Amino acid sequence: MIKSELIQRIAKRNPHLYHRDVERIVNTILNEITRALAEDNRVELRGFGAFSVRYRKARIARNPRTGEPVEVGEKKVPHFKAGKELRQRLNQGNPQIDR
Amino acid sequence: MAGKTITRADLGEAVHRQVGLSRSESLDLVNQVLKEISDTLVKGETVKLSSFGTFEVRYKKERIGRNPKTKEEVPITPRRVLTFRASQVMKKRINGES
Repeated sequence: MIKSELIQRIAKRNPHLYHRDVERIVNTILNEITRALAEDNRVELRGFGAFSVRYRKARIARNPRTGEPVEVGEKKVPHFKAGKELRQRLNQGNPQIDR
Repeated sequence: MAGKTITRADLGEAVHRQVGLSRSESLDLVNQVLKEISDTLVKGETVKLSSFGTFEVRYKKERIGRNPKTKEEVPITPRRVLTFRASQVMKKRINGES
Protein backbone atom coordinates (compact mmCIF):
# COMPACT_ATOMS: atom_id res chain seq x y z
CA MET A 1 0.00 0.00 0.00
CA ILE A 2 1.35 3.43 -0.88
CA LYS A 3 0.32 6.80 0.53
CA SER A 4 -2.26 7.58 -2.16
CA GLU A 5 -3.95 4.23 -1.48
CA LEU A 6 -3.99 4.90 2.25
CA ILE A 7 -5.64 8.27 1.56
CA GLN A 8 -8.11 6.60 -0.79
CA ARG A 9 -9.12 4.01 1.82
CA ILE A 10 -9.59 6.60 4.57
CA ALA A 11 -11.57 8.85 2.19
CA LYS A 12 -13.85 5.97 1.29
CA ARG A 13 -14.64 5.36 4.93
CA ASN A 14 -15.35 9.05 5.55
CA PRO A 15 -17.59 10.16 2.69
CA HIS A 16 -18.42 13.45 4.47
CA LEU A 17 -14.78 14.61 4.09
CA TYR A 18 -13.24 16.18 1.01
CA HIS A 19 -10.52 14.07 -0.56
CA ARG A 20 -8.05 16.93 -0.19
CA ASP A 21 -8.82 17.15 3.53
CA VAL A 22 -8.04 13.46 3.95
CA GLU A 23 -4.79 14.15 2.10
CA ARG A 24 -4.01 16.94 4.56
CA ILE A 25 -4.89 14.71 7.52
CA VAL A 26 -2.49 11.95 6.45
CA ASN A 27 0.26 14.42 5.62
CA THR A 28 -0.22 16.28 8.90
CA ILE A 29 0.15 13.04 10.88
CA LEU A 30 3.32 11.97 9.05
CA ASN A 31 4.77 15.46 9.11
CA GLU A 32 4.10 15.83 12.81
CA ILE A 33 5.94 12.57 13.56
CA THR A 34 8.96 13.67 11.51
CA ARG A 35 8.94 17.12 13.10
CA ALA A 36 8.86 15.65 16.61
CA LEU A 37 11.86 13.45 15.80
CA ALA A 38 13.72 16.39 14.25
CA GLU A 39 13.25 18.15 17.62
CA ASP A 40 14.70 15.07 19.39
CA ASN A 41 11.35 14.05 20.79
CA ARG A 42 9.95 10.55 20.98
CA VAL A 43 6.64 9.53 19.41
CA GLU A 44 4.74 6.83 21.27
CA LEU A 45 1.60 5.53 19.61
CA ARG A 46 0.09 2.93 21.93
CA GLY A 47 -0.68 -0.35 20.24
CA PHE A 48 1.06 0.74 17.04
CA GLY A 49 4.65 1.45 18.03
CA ALA A 50 7.20 4.05 19.01
CA PHE A 51 9.52 6.24 16.94
CA SER A 52 12.72 7.51 18.51
CA VAL A 53 16.04 9.01 17.49
CA ARG A 54 19.29 7.14 17.95
CA TYR A 55 22.76 8.63 17.83
CA ARG A 56 25.63 7.29 15.75
CA LYS A 57 29.15 8.39 16.64
CA ALA A 58 31.51 9.69 13.99
CA ARG A 59 33.53 6.86 12.46
CA ILE A 60 35.98 6.03 9.74
CA ALA A 61 34.25 4.03 7.03
CA ARG A 62 35.73 2.63 3.87
CA ASN A 63 34.75 3.05 0.28
CA PRO A 64 33.92 -0.57 -0.50
CA ARG A 65 35.17 -0.27 -4.05
CA THR A 66 38.52 1.43 -3.47
CA GLY A 67 39.10 0.53 0.18
CA GLU A 68 39.83 4.20 0.75
CA PRO A 69 38.99 5.44 4.28
CA VAL A 70 36.20 8.03 4.48
CA GLU A 71 35.29 10.10 7.52
CA VAL A 72 31.64 9.84 8.49
CA GLY A 73 30.48 12.52 10.92
CA GLU A 74 28.21 11.82 13.88
CA LYS A 75 24.58 11.58 12.93
CA LYS A 76 21.10 10.81 14.15
CA VAL A 77 18.99 7.98 12.79
CA PRO A 78 15.27 7.43 13.21
CA HIS A 79 14.21 4.17 14.83
CA PHE A 80 10.85 2.39 15.07
CA LYS A 81 9.81 -0.35 17.43
CA ALA A 82 6.48 -2.07 16.85
CA GLY A 83 4.05 -1.92 19.76
CA LYS A 84 2.98 -4.95 21.74
CA GLU A 85 -0.50 -5.16 20.25
CA LEU A 86 0.73 -4.97 16.66
CA ARG A 87 3.49 -7.51 17.37
CA GLN A 88 0.90 -9.89 18.77
CA ARG A 89 -1.44 -9.36 15.83
CA LEU A 90 1.41 -10.15 13.41
CA ASN A 91 1.92 -13.44 15.27
CA GLN A 92 -1.57 -14.51 16.15
CA GLY A 93 -1.58 -17.88 17.83
CA ASN A 94 2.11 -17.88 18.71
CA PRO A 95 2.26 -18.18 22.51
CA GLN A 96 5.95 -17.25 22.60
CA ILE A 97 5.27 -13.62 21.60
CA ASP A 98 5.12 -11.21 24.58
CA ARG A 99 4.10 -13.75 27.17
CA MET B 1 12.98 21.00 23.38
CA ALA B 2 14.26 17.43 23.66
CA GLY B 3 12.82 14.72 25.84
CA LYS B 4 9.13 15.24 25.15
CA THR B 5 6.92 12.33 24.15
CA ILE B 6 4.37 12.86 21.42
CA THR B 7 1.21 10.73 21.59
CA ARG B 8 -1.92 10.02 19.55
CA ALA B 9 -3.56 12.97 21.34
CA ASP B 10 -0.83 15.34 20.08
CA LEU B 11 -1.27 14.09 16.52
CA GLY B 12 -5.03 14.59 16.88
CA GLU B 13 -4.41 18.14 18.10
CA ALA B 14 -2.20 18.84 15.06
CA VAL B 15 -4.91 17.56 12.70
CA HIS B 16 -7.47 19.69 14.55
CA ARG B 17 -5.30 22.81 14.08
CA GLN B 18 -4.20 22.13 10.51
CA VAL B 19 -7.39 20.78 9.01
CA GLY B 20 -9.98 22.42 11.24
CA LEU B 21 -11.98 19.32 12.18
CA SER B 22 -13.25 18.97 15.75
CA ARG B 23 -10.81 17.57 18.31
CA SER B 24 -12.70 14.31 18.68
CA GLU B 25 -13.04 13.72 14.95
CA SER B 26 -9.36 14.59 14.47
CA LEU B 27 -8.31 12.00 17.06
CA ASP B 28 -10.67 9.48 15.47
CA LEU B 29 -8.98 10.04 12.09
CA VAL B 30 -5.51 9.60 13.61
CA ASN B 31 -6.72 6.26 14.98
CA GLN B 32 -8.25 5.29 11.62
CA VAL B 33 -4.99 6.02 9.80
CA LEU B 34 -2.91 4.00 12.27
CA LYS B 35 -5.43 1.15 12.13
CA GLU B 36 -5.41 1.09 8.33
CA ILE B 37 -1.60 0.87 8.34
CA SER B 38 -1.66 -1.87 11.02
CA ASP B 39 -4.36 -3.92 9.26
CA THR B 40 -2.42 -3.77 5.99
CA LEU B 41 0.77 -4.95 7.70
CA VAL B 42 -1.06 -7.78 9.49
CA LYS B 43 -2.13 -8.99 6.04
CA GLY B 44 1.59 -9.17 5.22
CA GLU B 45 1.51 -6.23 2.84
CA THR B 46 4.26 -3.56 2.76
CA VAL B 47 3.26 0.04 3.50
CA LYS B 48 5.27 2.65 1.62
CA LEU B 49 4.68 6.27 2.58
CA SER B 50 6.61 8.60 0.31
CA SER B 51 8.91 11.11 2.02
CA PHE B 52 8.22 9.32 5.33
CA GLY B 53 9.35 5.71 5.16
CA THR B 54 8.50 2.06 4.52
CA PHE B 55 7.03 -0.49 6.93
CA GLU B 56 7.74 -4.05 5.97
CA VAL B 57 6.85 -7.41 7.49
CA ARG B 58 9.67 -9.92 7.50
CA TYR B 59 9.57 -13.60 8.20
CA LYS B 60 12.01 -15.22 10.59
CA LYS B 61 12.61 -18.94 10.54
CA GLU B 62 12.85 -21.01 13.69
CA ARG B 63 16.26 -20.84 15.34
CA ILE B 64 17.85 -22.09 18.50
CA GLY B 65 18.23 -19.64 21.34
CA ARG B 66 19.98 -20.14 24.64
CA ASN B 67 18.92 -19.04 28.06
CA PRO B 68 22.04 -17.06 29.02
CA LYS B 69 21.64 -17.90 32.69
CA THR B 70 20.94 -21.63 32.57
CA LYS B 71 22.59 -22.17 29.13
CA GLU B 72 19.56 -24.24 28.30
CA GLU B 73 18.77 -24.44 24.58
CA VAL B 74 15.31 -23.26 23.63
CA PRO B 75 13.80 -23.17 20.15
CA ILE B 76 12.70 -19.67 19.10
CA THR B 77 9.48 -20.09 17.15
CA PRO B 78 9.19 -18.77 13.58
CA ARG B 79 7.68 -15.31 13.61
CA ARG B 80 6.86 -12.19 11.65
CA VAL B 81 8.71 -9.02 12.58
CA LEU B 82 8.02 -5.45 11.51
CA THR B 83 10.80 -3.25 10.16
CA PHE B 84 10.71 0.46 9.37
CA ARG B 85 13.08 2.08 6.90
CA ALA B 86 13.06 5.86 7.07
CA SER B 87 13.06 7.80 3.81
CA GLN B 88 15.98 10.04 2.81
CA VAL B 89 13.69 13.02 3.42
CA MET B 90 13.10 11.99 7.04
CA LYS B 91 16.79 11.19 7.65
CA LYS B 92 17.78 14.60 6.31
CA ARG B 93 15.20 16.45 8.38
CA ILE B 94 16.32 14.67 11.54
CA ASN B 95 19.88 15.75 10.83
CA GLY B 96 18.82 19.32 10.18
CA GLU B 97 19.71 19.19 6.50
CA SER B 98 16.40 20.50 5.22
